[in-house]
Amino acid sequence: MTSVAKPGTARTERPGWLWMAVTDTVDVTWRNLLSMARTPQVLLFSLIQPVLFVLLFRYAFGGAIKIPGIPYIDYLMPGIFAQTVAFGALGTAVGLSTDVRSGLLERFRTLPMSRLAILAGRTFADLARNLVVLLFMVGMGFAVGFRIHAGVPAFLGALGLVVLFGYALSWAFVSLGLRLSNPEAAQAAGVPIMFLLVFASSAFVPLSTMPGWLQTVAGHQPLTALVAALRPLVLGGPTASYVLVSLAWSGGMLVVFVALALRQYQSLNR
Amino acid sequence: MADNPVIVARGLQKKYGSTVALDGLSFDVPAGSVTGLLGPNGSGKTTTVAIFSTSLRPQGGEATVCGFDVVSQAAEVRRQIGFAGQFAAVDPNLTGRENLRLIGRLSRLSRPTARQRCDELLEVFGLTAAAGRTVRTYSGGMRRRLDIAAALVHQPPVLFLDEPTTGLDPESRRQVWQMVGDLVRGGSTMLLTTQYLEEADALADQVVIIDRGRLIEQGTPHALRQRVGTAVVRLTFGDENSAVKAERMLAGSSPERHGATLQIPGAEGSSAVVRVIRALDGGPDPVAVEIREPTLDDVFLSLTSKALIGKSAGGAT
Repeated sequence: MTSVAKPGTARTERPGWLWMAVTDTVDVTWRNLLSMARTPQVLLFSLIQPVLFVLLFRYAFGGAIKIPGIPYIDYLMPGIFAQTVAFGALGTAVGLSTDVRSGLLERFRTLPMSRLAILAGRTFADLARNLVVLLFMVGMGFAVGFRIHAGVPAFLGALGLVVLFGYALSWAFVSLGLRLSNPEAAQAAGVPIMFLLVFASSAFVPLSTMPGWLQTVAGHQPLTALVAALRPLVLGGPTASYVLVSLAWSGGMLVVFVALALRQYQSLNR
Repeated sequence: MADNPVIVARGLQKKYGSTVALDGLSFDVPAGSVTGLLGPNGSGKTTTVAIFSTSLRPQGGEATVCGFDVVSQAAEVRRQIGFAGQFAAVDPNLTGRENLRLIGRLSRLSRPTARQRCDELLEVFGLTAAAGRTVRTYSGGMRRRLDIAAALVHQPPVLFLDEPTTGLDPESRRQVWQMVGDLVRGGSTMLLTTQYLEEADALADQVVIIDRGRLIEQGTPHALRQRVGTAVVRLTFGDENSAVKAERMLAGSSPERHGATLQIPGAEGSSAVVRVIRALDGGPDPVAVEIREPTLDDVFLSLTSKALIGKSAGGAT
């Protein structure tokens, strides 16, 4: 017992803040990934929803939606990719509120660790999960008839845009997760936001089919901007300006929401 | 007051909205000793511990650990302390070993040191056999032990434990007590909160009783017991009616009634029994008569009821 009980004999390190932020982020990310891997039902649930949407729009509704010049599935899949990562971002809120409830977040806040790492480790792990789900959806898309028309590099670029958007959106959900100590509440609060983002957009149908006021709303939000950049990357056509607009949205969201999340985190000790 | 207090609270203030959690709380914990922070629910115990463990900022007053201010030198304070909150704060999806190593790494241990410390702690806390299982499969007592082990992983000289045995079965509680005793013999300084007076009695060198965020009383468990008197006479009646009747007949000795039992504090030894029985002559007969040492429960009840009636609760140390 003596070696365990005797205080102050363990050698602790005093790294600089940047190195500490890096190693702590790695450790926290690893912990979140491990935790995720051991709850496969969570991954399963995050797959079911986009899979159902593909089936629904491909076979049930798709026949009624006519997009001139291209098969609906090729129009649909970029929207599904965007929707997939958007709903994946909810996982950030759910994951953090789980840690709030278990007291783990409070413990982290009493450790001599990087403050940034707790949030970065969460969002990086969610990024990894998003990537897995996204790749699964790509496979599923090809299985039900989706084809790319603008080459593999453009398609990989499209996936990169999707992942960046999902990552930026994760940070938007950090504040929600920190505020709620109940994962179910975090989920319930996030879903309506997601529905607005996904359905008031051009993810599933062209904006031109919507009433004028909705076109205005849907035409000026980040998910529409993302889908607008994905379609030419998948279907062909001029891309540069759309890609830049989407990058600007995602970059702007990242800056704003990281700042808000850190401020929210700092104020937890009030 | 001790010469070299390690944990110092000076006039701590904290409000949540309009609810006052701490109202000018001051106390010291001398080096190498255990202080039990005692009080009913909502008295400010958890808030106090949260302030010392740097997860909450006081709105007024000053709190220091090893001379470091918990607000302006929070990073240094975090290196000195181990903290175990009210709920076992571990990841249920990681194994016991993974949890400990994570906390070890985040407490700035090198990878090999963290590995070695975790193995030691798992051994001491009787978790070696379960170390490779996810915490989800642990009993409440095992989780609690792991949680306290996590607070010790970087061998901090100062420990804060918030209700370390709440919700544990008697056997697990005894194990936690044993661990706390070992830690203190090893030289740790500790502040632990509890609702169990028995626990403070068993573990603490000093008891700080608080109510509504203010200090009510401070002293050794022994000194506090002395204040109530040397014995408590406890009468049990066959039914509540008889107890109520007896309560009236003994009104002069300030009895306290719980259901069918009466407790008469402040009495001196066995002569008290004779006096009480005489006073009950012609009244209901108790089915059991007991004399016992006063516990801190008795102290607590007498002190808080006094404090609630009196305007000034005697906040000065």
